Amino acid sequence: MSWMLHVEGLRKRFGAVTALDGIDLKLGGDELLVVLGPTGAGKTTLLRCIAGLEQADAGRVCMAGADVTGAHPAARDVAFVFQNFALYPDWTVRRNLAFPLQAPGRKLSAEAIAAQITFAAQLLRIEHLLERKASRLSGGEMQRVAIGRAIVRKPRLFLMDEPLTNLDAKLRESLRVELVRLRRELGTPMVYVTHDQAEALSMGDRIAVLQDGQLLQVGTPEAVYRRPVSPAVARQLGQPAINVLPAQRVDGHWCLDGGAAVAVAAADAPERVTLGIRPEDLAVTGGAHPAEVLVVEDIGPMVVLLARWCGHEVHLLSAKHSDIAVGDTIRPQIDPERLVVWE
Amino acid sequence: MHGSSLSIDEGEFIVLLGPSGCGKTTTLRMIAGLEIATGGRIDLAGEDVTALRPSRRDIGFVFQFYALYPHLTVRENLAFPLKSIGMPRKQREAEMQPIIERLGIGHLLDRKPPQLPGGDQQRVSLGRALVRRPKLWLMDEPLGQLDAEERLLMREFIKEQQQELGVTTVFVTHDQEEAMALADRVVVMSAGEIRQVGSPIDVYERPDDTFVAHFVGSPGMNMLSGSLLADGFRAGGESGVVIPLHAPVRGAAASLGVRGEYLHLDPGGPIPGTVVVDEYLGAWRNLHCDTPCGRLVLRAPGDQAHVPGDAVRISVQAERALLFDAAGKRVSS
Repeated sequence: MSWMLHVEGLRKRFGAVTALDGIDLKLGGDELLVVLGPTGAGKTTLLRCIAGLEQADAGRVCMAGADVTGAHPAARDVAFVFQNFALYPDWTVRRNLAFPLQAPGRKLSAEAIAAQITFAAQLLRIEHLLERKASRLSGGEMQRVAIGRAIVRKPRLFLMDEPLTNLDAKLRESLRVELVRLRRELGTPMVYVTHDQAEALSMGDRIAVLQDGQLLQVGTPEAVYRRPVSPAVARQLGQPAINVLPAQRVDGHWCLDGGAAVAVAAADAPERVTLGIRPEDLAVTGGAHPAEVLVVEDIGPMVVLLARWCGHEVHLLSAKHSDIAVGDTIRPQIDPERLVVWE
Repeated sequence: MHGSSLSIDEGEFIVLLGPSGCGKTTTLRMIAGLEIATGGRIDLAGEDVTALRPSRRDIGFVFQFYALYPHLTVRENLAFPLKSIGMPRKQREAEMQPIIERLGIGHLLDRKPPQLPGGDQQRVSLGRALVRRPKLWLMDEPLGQLDAEERLLMREFIKEQQQELGVTTVFVTHDQEEAMALADRVVVMSAGEIRQVGSPIDVYERPDDTFVAHFVGSPGMNMLSGSLLADGFRAGGESGVVIPLHAPVRGAAASLGVRGEYLHLDPGGPIPGTVVVDEYLGAWRNLHCDTPCGRLVLRAPGDQAHVPGDAVRISVQAERALLFDAAGKRVSS
């Protein structure tokens, strides 16, 4: 694979705060990489360093094999989409889209500009809005135009900083599907920053989990979800959150603190471990130890149970219409193939 | 708002849910007295408050953007509503103390709001809305500015506080998941009208119309347009796919609504489809499929990966499907 973007040893401090603490990251030529992390993890700083809007204290940013660490943002040929739709409110959509094409460095004919606007408007389904003033658009329309402004230039890399955060939940849901489709059609690589685990899982070809300025894990959504390298990564993905339980190896079994054996342990495994069990991998029946159901929450497509099991509170995902009620006794069973074991 | 009526019981947690511009915030602001209604009336605990100023309505309001005084400390912010009604200092302290303990903000009292993370600021603003022990707690998208993790924590926190205090609450959001998790009853709104009032399960399982069916649930309910036959529903025109139905239905039905979890990948299913997008979500995936019945989104197990272009067949769990008429109203019970 040829790397479009290669970030090496990137560091950035703001006063006493270390925003980026040695980031190494590669992006393929036709890939959507999601950077996932909570507020303050360093996501936006990373994106701004890649764009050249921020100068890193140390490290390198290479694009298509060339070192651009010191290059001016305009010379990097990347398009940045912000969380807040940065449009000129008094201009029409068409003029907003034309603006990046009319930069002094670009000598495009009026016809070429019109053709590129048509191309972007068709892709984003905003042709009917072209003559409207930006201030008269809805939030979803504005963000579509903002994305349109990023793609008219046909940049070699998209950088998106939580572009869907300020939109209605319903709109977010449809735009995340559209964005993936759009990027695939354009074949332009993208770094997409978000704190939303559903966006990360559903949109990313790969996910980079960032926390306190450090990358904790980089991998496909399936790999990061199924085989998280640490409880910290595991907790960032999945809702309800993964069950994290301390356990020790006794007679070839993983035993929870109370001594209850809940799964078979590998012979060469360490003695004290932490177990990670996703709520959907904990069946309601079939296990050896009883649990009392404390909360039953119908979330629509499924039911979330909170139960007290061997001295721990655990979440389970159960099918609808199963008639489990608060106070019932269930017998949780771990899917051994899905169990995550951390030292 | 076009002449809507709503009654709320004491101690209830009501969520006003709808897209931007549906009138949910306007409704909340009218209840608070921050906006004057052109017509109609508002009763609070049996008293007509329509003409009363906001400060006379005995209401605590929580804003999306916290609306704390940045130059005042947390303590001064909390004391403000009590000071403004002329309560003496000693009594103020006594009134504030249980709220401060309850919200766990005792360590923040001497700090100023801009120094605090969003979650803490919203905690203070929840507290400020509670110190006067209002009859009604009103919240306008209070979780909107928080990141995903904080939002979940704060959601649980608000629900807990509301249940323990028993304070009647009206909460505005555009996020159906938030509404499902918090509400005793959800009020689904669109274009200045109330479309349905019901428990979270009601509006999810038995939406009154196609708008509610689409808006509630992520993704929304699939809608197949077609016509009713003696023994099933034909999606599409004359040569459309026939979907057997659970029970005979009388009357005119123009569309069949079915949630993604009641559509199944099934080699013997009546609906052929092509996978367009496979949205992995961990515990499950949303498979977006193009079919002769239009775009369908079905919920498949997390470990069944598909790639765009895959051919699939889909069956419908008929006893969970709903029929709607040409005007979009639900006709099946």
